[in-house]
Amino acid sequence: MNNKDIIICRCEDISLAEVLECLEAGYHTVEDIKRILRVGMGPCQGQTCSHLIQAEIAKFLKINKEEVKFQKTRPLITGVVIEDIAKAAREGDEK
Amino acid sequence: MTKAEIVIIGAGISGLSIAYNLAKAGMKNIHVIDKGYFTNGSTGRCGAGVRQQWATKVNCIMAKKSIEFFARANKELNYHKDIEFKQAGYLILATTKEEDLQFSKNIKLQNSLGIPSEKLTVEEALEIVPHLNPKSFISATFCKTDGHVNPFLMSEAYFLAAKKLGVNFHFFEEVKSIELIDNQINKVITSKDVYETKKVVNAAGGYSKEVGLMVGVEIPVFSENHEILVTERTSPIQGPMVMSFSKNIYCQQVPHGSFLAGRSNPKALPSHDISSSWEFLDEMAKTISDILPEVAKLRVIRTWGGSYNNSPDRQPIISEIESVKGFYVACGFSGHGFMFAPITGELLTEIIMNKPLEDYAKDLHINRFKENTITDYEHSVV
Repeated sequence: MNNKDIIICRCEDISLAEVLECLEAGYHTVEDIKRILRVGMGPCQGQTCSHLIQAEIAKFLKINKEEVKFQKTRPLITGVVIEDIAKAAREGDEK
Repeated sequence: MTKAEIVIIGAGISGLSIAYNLAKAGMKNIHVIDKGYFTNGSTGRCGAGVRQQWATKVNCIMAKKSIEFFARANKELNYHKDIEFKQAGYLILATTKEEDLQFSKNIKLQNSLGIPSEKLTVEEALEIVPHLNPKSFISATFCKTDGHVNPFLMSEAYFLAAKKLGVNFHFFEEVKSIELIDNQINKVITSKDVYETKKVVNAAGGYSKEVGLMVGVEIPVFSENHEILVTERTSPIQGPMVMSFSKNIYCQQVPHGSFLAGRSNPKALPSHDISSSWEFLDEMAKTISDILPEVAKLRVIRTWGGSYNNSPDRQPIISEIESVKGFYVACGFSGHGFMFAPITGELLTEIIMNKPLEDYAKDLHINRFKENTITDYEHSVV
């Protein structure tokens, strides 16, 4: 299968070919590749792609996957509507 | 041991621009050292806005020159991708009478320097951003040539252009100490190597104070955590960055489709903390739902923090250090290092190469704090 047709990041629609290009260009950490390609910045926050990218980095550098540092996990755990947060915050203010 | 003409500490946007400009001016053997991954510091954490609507003359001039560079950056740097420079303007809301008065003064200053900003009524502002809550402000200013640049891609464009000119980059390498001989830079000792050099640039962003202390120089800056949230992407609904100093918010839709919104924390203490807090999320959500109710219908998907490196007058320090020969600083950008980076690189290159400086740039010297010659304080800061 063509690497251009293998989707690594579904949220941002990034292919394996793009990830490999990034590795060739010298970006060898999940954090680097995230910033250049936006992988892991979509609604799922890297839950699908980050492990795959970790594996590709390991393959490229010929090291074990566990030696490749995972990206920093940031809040929130799931997407939350802003006005719901605002509403809860205002209710909290009244108490 | 590595011999270097100059060592630049920090590969954020300032260090990158300085390296590129020095190499362009013909300097060889430039080494840029960064303790982390590409754009790990404040550059990669910034709000991606570029504006010229300032309240001080120096900031206006620096911003205008930088915008002119962003417009030609893809071409000048021969970048194979796109820095995503989008000029959809900044719409700055006045919510109090004092702000309204101050903004009229700002517009006068900006126009006198060739910045095409204008004062708008509520109705005129609504034509530009129809989903604004009309009750949340009393007037606005707008500059159509302000806008957005992608911090990661702008950094990469500088990085690749500098590499092509022969600049050496070292990531995941931390500067541990700097050796002086007779108050002259002599060596830079890192976690991996020792650099023999007569010149050092401190472009360490949030850590510039610590780098200054390595040579016994007290730089009057401090770091402060500023947080940002980003939403899921949606179709284009908002052209300009919407900003309010009194409501403590900036909020833009980036070309990718997501919204970025940030605010400062009035209770933040000087520190290197860059964590996320629920208090930020609460306050930010309330302000967005007040000013931009349509945007409040979107989901937040991520929050992060980054350091503002604040100077006493909230204007940059771009300067030699008289007490240590060969030591130069570019810091204290007070949250605006990204949008000023093009001119930062040009000015510090002129200083390092001993070229005459334009008058306005002399106000950026560090001695303004020592000699009490601060001319101006920048109030237009979130």
